[in-house]
Order: sequence, then structure tokens, then C-alpha cells
Amino acid sequence: MSIDSVFVHKMWDENELSKMVDGGVPFPMLSDGGGQIGRLYGVFNEEAGVENRGRFIIDPDGVIQGYEVLTPPVGRNVNETIRQLQAFQYVRNSKGTEATPAGWKPGKTTLKPGPDLVGNVWKEWQTKMVE
Amino acid sequence: MAEEMEAGCTRPTGGPTGEAQKQATEDETTTETLQQEVKPMIQVGHKAPDFTAPGYQKGNFINVKLSDYFGQWVLLCLYPGDFTFV
Repeated sequence: MSIDSVFVHKMWDENELSKMVDGGVPFPMLSDGGGQIGRLYGVFNEEAGVENRGRFIIDPDGVIQGYEVLTPPVGRNVNETIRQLQAFQYVRNSKGTEATPAGWKPGKTTLKPGPDLVGNVWKEWQTKMVE
Repeated sequence: MAEEMEAGCTRPTGGPTGEAQKQATEDETTTETLQQEVKPMIQVGHKAPDFTAPGYQKGNFINVKLSDYFGQWVLLCLYPGDFTFV
């Protein structure tokens, strides 16, 4: 989503993005002319009149689980976004019985919070596991 | 899910839906107030504010409502502008 019109989105997709991604952008490219939605999400840059780079992960209940906001010159890391999505999905599927430690990736150890884990996380998780 | 939209000469717009929109019709100065007021950043663990927005997807102009996508995981990304470099 940006403040550009849907017509500009079409031109950008056809003339540039489709040369980076086969078949062009598959998901909806939304238009927020005037920045009302950007303001609603707290990421509209009033000085520049454009959206900052805001990224929101919304779960199937419509609840925001995470967000990240960057100023314009630095791009996002889609791999980190996917990692977070996988972690939120894992936790949701466990119905809150498991948590994912720092740097978790699919297949790595999760934590099962409870009285026995207090003071014993060091037995389950080491900094080298982040690699 | 997303309904198709006619491409006309007026630039289509969207915006917040629900309570905020109701307020806007009741009080015409709301838009101005919204711009001046320092809005708190939305919070994790809270419901995503609903909105409708015109969109482009695979050759079609569509109208998208965020809440139509509830029931699945949604990634909402905002960015400064088309044809910018990053």
C-alpha cells in the first residue's frame, strides 16, 4: 500500500516489477491517496506526505501480532518477516503451550513455559543456537 | 472476496471503516483533527483497524476490505511510493 493511485500501481507492476518477479506482483497493491489508512496505522510521514515503511503481521482473528516501521531509505528483510510469520503460526498452533526463543527457525527447539523452566532456560537454549 | 471495480476518471479512494467513519460524517472537522492530533502507535495484541482501499491485482482494479481477509494470515505492507528505488 502506498499513496499512489491504482493506475500508477498498474504501470509500476507492468513496466518494472514484472521484470523482477515472474508474472508480476501476485497480491493486491492498495492505494491510500491522502494517507488516511497510513495515519490510522501510525505510519504516515506528515512532513514528506508519504507512508513510512510499515509492516504488520495480522493473525486469522484480525489481531496485530507484530509490526516493523522503517524510514524510507532502508529496505525490509523478507526472510525475517517470513521467520516471524512461521514463529507466530507455530505458537498459535500450539495453542499457547509453546514459545519460540530468540532466533528460532522451523525445526529448532521451542520452549514450554512452566514452573520447571524457571531458571532452567540455559539447559534448553544457548546463544550459539541463534546461528 | 475483493470486488472488481470500474476504472473511471475520478481517482478512487478508500479509508477507515466502522466507528471512525461514522464520526467523520457526523463531524466534518474530524479529518483536520486527525491530522493534528498525535495518534498513539497501534499496539500488538490489539485488533487491526479495518479499512477499505482501492487496489490493483493481476490486471484488475479491485476494492479491498481488510476484514474480508480475516480468517487467514495477512501481511500489510506500506511503502513511500511506486518507482522509488528501495
